[in-house]
Amino acid sequence: MLTILDPGALTTIQDVGRLGWGRFGIPPSGPMDAAAFAAANHLVGNPCEAAALEVTLTGPALAASRDCLVAVCGAEFELWAGRLPVPAWHAVYLRAGHALRFGKRLTGARAYLAVDGGVDVSPYLGSRSTHLRGRFGGLEGRALQAGDRVTIGAPIHTHHIDRAGTRWPIPDWRAGDGVAEVRVVLGPQADHFSAAAVDRFLGNAYRVTAAADRMGIRLQGRRLDRAVESGIVSDGIVTGSIQVPPDGQPIVMMVDRQTTGGYPKIANVIRADVPRLAQVVPGDEVRFEEVTVREARSITRRSWCSRIEGGCAVRGLTMHDSGFRSARGCARGNGLLKQS
Amino acid sequence: MTNSPASDSQNQAYPRVLPVGEAAFTVEFGDRVDADLNRSVHALDAALTSLAPPGLVECIPSYRSLLVIFDIWTTDPDALKTTLLELAAAHPGAAQREIGRLLEIPVRYGGEDGPDLTDVASHCGLSPAEVVTRHSAVTYQVAMLGFAPGFAYLLGLPRELATPRVATPRLRVPPGSVGIAGSQTGIYALATPGGWRIIGRTHLTLFDAGLSEPFLLHAGDRIRFVAC
Repeated sequence: MLTILDPGALTTIQDVGRLGWGRFGIPPSGPMDAAAFAAANHLVGNPCEAAALEVTLTGPALAASRDCLVAVCGAEFELWAGRLPVPAWHAVYLRAGHALRFGKRLTGARAYLAVDGGVDVSPYLGSRSTHLRGRFGGLEGRALQAGDRVTIGAPIHTHHIDRAGTRWPIPDWRAGDGVAEVRVVLGPQADHFSAAAVDRFLGNAYRVTAAADRMGIRLQGRRLDRAVESGIVSDGIVTGSIQVPPDGQPIVMMVDRQTTGGYPKIANVIRADVPRLAQVVPGDEVRFEEVTVREARSITRRSWCSRIEGGCAVRGLTMHDSGFRSARGCARGNGLLKQS
Repeated sequence: MTNSPASDSQNQAYPRVLPVGEAAFTVEFGDRVDADLNRSVHALDAALTSLAPPGLVECIPSYRSLLVIFDIWTTDPDALKTTLLELAAAHPGAAQREIGRLLEIPVRYGGEDGPDLTDVASHCGLSPAEVVTRHSAVTYQVAMLGFAPGFAYLLGLPRELATPRVATPRLRVPPGSVGIAGSQTGIYALATPGGWRIIGRTHLTLFDAGLSEPFLLHAGDRIRFVAC
């Protein structure tokens, strides 16, 4: 059992996501930064589909009722286990009853706290991910509150302490300098914009506004004029789709987005780079770099971060399930978190 | 690339397959709201689901296109694109009038269940009873589910019933509410905020997370409303 002493600004339960329900209008939810989420689960020995806590901007304080292994990956926070400062991106042994406290946030927006055995709430449509807007999943469809008690699964392995201290390489792009450089594939409606607008989109920085959450990140910068007056007939959108409403300011759609939309999409952020957007805060700059579809596939195939999505079972369709294991092997072997 | 709205079904450019990032394609049959184009979407969706090529993650049907999300570690995107073009060419929607299930949806029109029925009637220059008769006289096609979980966008609203949205969206529209917005009609599966003109409500359970098939309505179904 985890007892929430202080919930922080917005702490939710997330697993790999609610996949396969897009046709019914249900977004995937799941972690904004899938790379950090997977790293945290891996450090404590959990399978990729285990649920963890997503911590936003201000971290929580909590205590476990049994000795456990915890790991915090993603945004950089000061951390204490009991009275001892402990590092992020490491497996940390946390004694029963001792509090794990998040202190000051240094960089980034979101961190993932994984506990060995995983957070165990009842799945909703096959997933433990919280969808705040839909008020389902996680714990009663809401963010955690002080006094909540959340069940954790049985320990997966008996030699916790042997894993404690294991570290994960911190992605080198997590510099926290307030600029997120992300690669995009243009389309499917880039032809709705003038060539000058596409150049403007690729050649200028866009600032993250206060309207940045799990649903989407609204950006502000040079206006993107449309070459075609009308909108489009609503069609499906994916995480990382960049919609441009009539005001000409781009919105990057994230994991709690609606499943369809009627604004033209100038480009899509490649999946390997979505975690970078998960870590922006209002005031940060985002710069877009165009890559071809083939380049994007090559980059994302080499990055392992979004592999968790393909590695878990999807409703109604059979998936190949070797990827996460091989991805783990790769990541351990040659530090693939350092994305090219 | 073309944006000629009137000629899409004749234009050689359609159906076409465009990349949506590196791990999805959109298969477009045109760029209009049109029942034939929409049937093509559902026919392709069904064909692809039964073919179940390795690495297919999920498909999201919409009015005139099918979003196909795949796993780039187990999929050859070029081969998938070829498959999509072949299947899209083999499934012209106009030839398949009856693709989905036909469902009858009992609806209580007007009163507390349909607070905007009288407004719709006066906007359309009809009596409330005539609105009900016309709304329940046709067969609709579930074009897509979206915007909110399970919300069903229906094709087939008689033109004379078109009515703009309410000026101020309601904070809570009850589940099962049947609404009109412009030339569209639709059903709310869950209680959500909404701006459609609510003319009635079904008391069928449209969504139950505890069921193996939680959503009653699927994209591609055909439905008739029965006044009760």
